[in-house]
Amino acid sequence: MRLYRDEAVVLRTQKLGESDRIITLLTRDRGRIRAVARGVRRPGSRLGARVEPFMLVDIQLYERRTLDLITQVETISPYARGIVADYGRYTAGTAMLETAERLTQAEEEPSLQLFLLLVGALRSLAAGEYPSGLVLDAFLLRSLSVSGWAPSFTDCARCGEPGPHRAFSLASGGSVCPGCRPPGSAAPGPQTLVLLGALLSGDWPTALTCDQRARREGSGLTAAYLQWHVERQLRSLRLVDREDRTSPQETGQGMPV
Amino acid sequence: MFEGVVQDLIDELGRLPGIGPKSAQRIAFHLVQSDPVDVQRLITAMQEVTRKVRFCEVCGNVSEEERCRICRDPRRDPSILCVVEEPKDVVAIEKTREFRGRYHVLGGAISPIEGIGPDDLRIKELVGRLSSDEVTEVIIATDPNLEGEATATYLARWLKPMGVRITRLASGLPVGGDLEYADELTLGRAFEGRRLLDV
Repeated sequence: MRLYRDEAVVLRTQKLGESDRIITLLTRDRGRIRAVARGVRRPGSRLGARVEPFMLVDIQLYERRTLDLITQVETISPYARGIVADYGRYTAGTAMLETAERLTQAEEEPSLQLFLLLVGALRSLAAGEYPSGLVLDAFLLRSLSVSGWAPSFTDCARCGEPGPHRAFSLASGGSVCPGCRPPGSAAPGPQTLVLLGALLSGDWPTALTCDQRARREGSGLTAAYLQWHVERQLRSLRLVDREDRTSPQETGQGMPV
Repeated sequence: MFEGVVQDLIDELGRLPGIGPKSAQRIAFHLVQSDPVDVQRLITAMQEVTRKVRFCEVCGNVSEEERCRICRDPRRDPSILCVVEEPKDVVAIEKTREFRGRYHVLGGAISPIEGIGPDDLRIKELVGRLSSDEVTEVIIATDPNLEGEATATYLARWLKPMGVRITRLASGLPVGGDLEYADELTLGRAFEGRRLLDV
């Protein structure tokens, strides 16, 4: 039984008893952990809003045989503030948190890359740098990549023949050449594959030039690709509000709630 | 494991919120050893509640009639509507004796991670109530947590074009607390909502 300290993003909270909560965290060093925040639902709680989803915190926990106990929390970045001020950002952010939770299947298995990716995506979402739907899709594609399921949007995912190719197969891992194309492959528009490739590599200038049709088709393919690999429906994904209200001029903390 | 009916009772009690297996066992044995008259009173109360209680057809609050006590009361101001998540929030606000308007109970808050979206809440009913010109102000009193704030943001976006005044309950420092322990979000809110000291 000892105290330990880590950086963490709060992924999920669940009510426990009269005034406690179970907090699911993605930590920098220990991967996903679940811990108890005592008395956090009382108005005078010292932990307060620091253990709300989207918060990046410096956290101290007391190791116990069952769930660890949160003893101290300091905010590093209150991303929740910028995210919750806009409904589109909130739904996109929630889908990111659920994905991060799903991709870290075992508890206490370090996932540093996923942690850094999530922090970067939440930072971008809170600042309103780019349309929230695109930030979500970029995060989903990159988080799948760091989990070992990197999709290919140019070369053939099966034989490696240089692309671009027209067909896209979830089971094969992305674009497929005419020779490798399995029956039932999708045939997305060329601009959709350009958009997805740009989101995967972080080429925002290219991604922002793609039209709404490509964005819609791209988000559909990304969601299908994610669910194919995590093998379960993500509840928050169907509730993502992709109506873009973020213009480059509207950056900052958004409207006051 | 106990025999037959005692174990059945423990199992049923254990399904209630906040009651673990030990508490269920303690309550079950308390009932076994209680005066049968007391137990019968409890049974009657539980039967009555399932038979009589329903939701108010106007506001969604718990009620014994088609309309709840507050919606039936002609002294309540129909121009101000307070939107809350659960019926228990109505009770909390009523205890303050500060609010004389009417309520609208959403039945929860938007929580995509739990699969609860706007269509699962009584938002359409709220929009329907606002289509009459009677309501001039909507006070959004959802919980001051992430789901509550997101629900407030969503409602504000929907209701703004309807031309009513939309307000949100203030949030900030708890009375009796220490400033140094306040978290950054709460302290930030307290600054945003600071008020003029009129002395």
